[in-house]
Amino acid sequence: MFADWPLLSLTVWIPILGGIAILLSGDKGSATGVRRLAVVVAVVTFILSLGLYTGFDMNTAEMQFVEGPYEWIGAFDIYYHLGVDGISMPLIILTTFTMILTLIAAWKVIQKKPAQYLAAFLIMEGLMIGVFAALDSILFYVFWEGMLVPMFIIIGVWGGERRVYATIKFFIYTFIGSVFMLIALIYMYYQNGSFAILDMHAMKLSMDEQLLIFIAFLMAFAVKVPMWPVHTWLPDAHVEAPTGGSVILAAIMLKIGGYGFLRFSLPITPDASDALDWLIITMSLVAIVYIGFVALVQKDMKKLVAYSSIAHMGFVTLGLFVVFQIWENPANSSGSGAVLAVEGAIVQMISHGFISGAMFLMIGVLYDRMHTRNIQDYGGVVHTMPIFAGFAVFFSMANAGLPGTSGFVGEFMVIIASFHANFWYAFLAATTLILGAAYTLWMVKRVFYGEVANDNVRALKDLNQRELLIMSTLAVVVLAMGLYPAPVVEVMHATIENLLQHVAVSKL
Amino acid sequence: MTLEALNYLIAWPEIFLLSMACIVLVVDAFISEAKRDFSYLLAQLALLGSFALLLMQSWDGRELAFNNMFVQDALSTVLKLGILALSAVAFVYSRDYLKDRNIFKGEYYVLGLFAVLGMMLMVSANNLLMIYLGLELLSLCLYAMVAFNRDNSNASEAAVKYFVLGAIASGMLLYGMSILYGLSGSLVLSDIAIAINQAGDSRIGMVFALVFILVALAFKLGAVPFHMWVPDVYHGAPTAVTAFIGTAPKLAGFALIMRLLVETMGELQTDWQQMLIILSVLSMATGNVIAIAQSNLKRMLAYSTISHVGFILLGILAGTTESYAAAMFYTLSYALMSLGAFGIIMLLARQGFEAEEIDDFRGLNQRSPWFAFLMLVLMLSMAGIPPTVGFWAKLAVLNMVVQIDMLWLALVAVFFSIIGVFYYLRVIKVMYFDEAVDDQPLSCGRDMQVTLSANALLVLALGIYPAGLMALCLSVFI
Repeated sequence: MFADWPLLSLTVWIPILGGIAILLSGDKGSATGVRRLAVVVAVVTFILSLGLYTGFDMNTAEMQFVEGPYEWIGAFDIYYHLGVDGISMPLIILTTFTMILTLIAAWKVIQKKPAQYLAAFLIMEGLMIGVFAALDSILFYVFWEGMLVPMFIIIGVWGGERRVYATIKFFIYTFIGSVFMLIALIYMYYQNGSFAILDMHAMKLSMDEQLLIFIAFLMAFAVKVPMWPVHTWLPDAHVEAPTGGSVILAAIMLKIGGYGFLRFSLPITPDASDALDWLIITMSLVAIVYIGFVALVQKDMKKLVAYSSIAHMGFVTLGLFVVFQIWENPANSSGSGAVLAVEGAIVQMISHGFISGAMFLMIGVLYDRMHTRNIQDYGGVVHTMPIFAGFAVFFSMANAGLPGTSGFVGEFMVIIASFHANFWYAFLAATTLILGAAYTLWMVKRVFYGEVANDNVRALKDLNQRELLIMSTLAVVVLAMGLYPAPVVEVMHATIENLLQHVAVSKL
Repeated sequence: MTLEALNYLIAWPEIFLLSMACIVLVVDAFISEAKRDFSYLLAQLALLGSFALLLMQSWDGRELAFNNMFVQDALSTVLKLGILALSAVAFVYSRDYLKDRNIFKGEYYVLGLFAVLGMMLMVSANNLLMIYLGLELLSLCLYAMVAFNRDNSNASEAAVKYFVLGAIASGMLLYGMSILYGLSGSLVLSDIAIAINQAGDSRIGMVFALVFILVALAFKLGAVPFHMWVPDVYHGAPTAVTAFIGTAPKLAGFALIMRLLVETMGELQTDWQQMLIILSVLSMATGNVIAIAQSNLKRMLAYSTISHVGFILLGILAGTTESYAAAMFYTLSYALMSLGAFGIIMLLARQGFEAEEIDDFRGLNQRSPWFAFLMLVLMLSMAGIPPTVGFWAKLAVLNMVVQIDMLWLALVAVFFSIIGVFYYLRVIKVMYFDEAVDDQPLSCGRDMQVTLSANALLVLALGIYPAGLMALCLSVFI
């Protein structure tokens, strides 16, 4: 029905304009009205974004739903140019979907300036969709930097004790990375005469240029993913952020880093990516193994999930960069497994979006009742919140990569693909199945099982209807993706094959 | 000589402004204290009338008047329009502030009008003498305005410092000009340019003159290491005056650089490029690093000005027509956001209380979400974060630096702007994350609220659609 609508512009601008409207209506009126309006805006955006899926042509790697290029700033050849392919479209739907749950989760919890809170989230939603949809690199950069501002405010205003430290750290870290990317973009503009991302894909670059550009991109995206050793902002930001902030941070913002590698690093600097793949693979494996151990010793539930996010995102970067070693492996002359690796990485991004979102929402449910995130303050929650405990165990299993849940699919694909490159990569990556199970299930054991720890736990009430709705929706999605991931993989297949063909050709 | 030969018609805006300034001076002497608003309105009328007269002039072409003393071209027209508009807005902001401090006097606006006249003459100068006269007219008015609150010892101290250092700078300028005159035998800029072209052996003398002139320009703009006066003057002067000093004179300074360095000494570009690189890097480094340590917002903005001047110099030193346009875009947008920021400081100030400390902004979001949001936009713009005009200004300048293959300079610039982000974020932090300690309602006139909102929203609007302003800046130089 909406085939000829400018769907991408609508999904970008409806939340932003809705957010501005909510901001202008202010906190003087009824909070319920504002909350309803925000959810309606998010639902409308979600429905519109579904049009991207239904109208999507899976057989082509071309950009679809293209809008523009419309001239924006003529002096520098900057255009308003949007479009999606098989990589960005699923991520946009992930964004619009998660946002609804996030806004509903804030219903009763956020009593301080709810209008500003909801408006910040909606504006951020539009900006994040813009990041995924932008085909002009400066447009991309504007959305990329712009989305920092609402997140900065969200953590800083509605966050916990050390929120100021955490939010400034978050902002500065990301900003440091991205300004160097900006210089790289400007440099390419002068070599190439265009800021369009697809033109940058096609341009020739010498090895020295590629290495510098690759490092500039790496600084921007590694911080965002985040990769070890620039991950330290994430646990702070997660711990201090309000539940909704953590959900969006984990579910979507981290994916923007992975998306950046796919959209910029790999196709623009294929030779440098090939030359430096050992660096990324090492960083990814360290993230998977070392950060897994770090997660094991956390006392704070949110911190534990934050570290587990870093470990899981290690799979994404591993999957993206292991392709070069797969191609170079003499034992694997057919080069099979490369597509699997990248698809696994993207499936892992999407699945991690749902699972980490669910984990943070779960911790939010507990935190709203007990106002503590320390594992030792809990114990025996299953006796007072049996339904919730059921969901918690399910999501924890998914986080640990239990077959049948979406968490398994991506990890499994990446591990299998790594075998084509090097046994030890696969071996190290597979330790996550043990480590992940260890830290998640140990947390579940300590929080949910055993004797009822104290009177606070005894007084807990089980999920209300709103929370039940959120949890069951997420559970259905996680299960569906785990049992039948084909629809997600199919939409990206043509794009990935095309991308890898492009990456395989040297630009020198 | 006939009047036609003077071609005085193209100086109508200046003539009108001068007459009006004199009228305000006389009228103000005869009206009672209660009717002081009349002088203010007359002053605004003077700016408005001059603005309208400028708009009526033709935009393209280049016309000379008063025996080649005075030039009118696209550059002068655009900058003069900017100067008049910024000054008018600064006057709007100043009214309540001055009233609260019992210094709402006609002289303030008369001095302001003469300062504006000085700036307009600088912008249109085609002769070394004109440049000097315009600059002195501006500076003398500013010295007096800084000391306008006579009973305030900080302000008097700032005025004396400003005066002494400004006098040294003027001396440098005169010295450089006299060397130029000695070598070229002319005071007219275009003649000097020709003389430099054919300099041959005396080129070294020209470079000697260039050094003195550049020092004076750096003084006036506040580039490191000639920046000492900036923090003291910004801090000591009444905020209304700071807002005035920090905005329109920057445009005049930009014009001065264009007239002297580019139009006159364009031949020596390789020489002044080197000097400007040093000034620019030092300004960005010093300004951004020292600003972190400031607890006084006006001082912080003073150091931030220094760093922004460094960025403007980046655009100039790149030395292409596009880069001058980028520097001009930067100057205009910087003046706009700086005016807004000082406007917010005046908005928070009230009788017997100056909202100068960063801590005075605590919890502004609780007291007034709207103005907190506007300040947020202004701070983001200064930090260069999209979608605000400050981002495009930085992008434009960095573009130009990369274009001339000075990648390292672009990297240095972004490195220091990362440092800069921190202190702008601190202002946002104080407004949004801290609890309000001061719960007095904001008191100021409707006119100021509307103007301030328009000012900050313009920063945002230009951030969303900067193409118009950018094309205008570009059209000036092509």
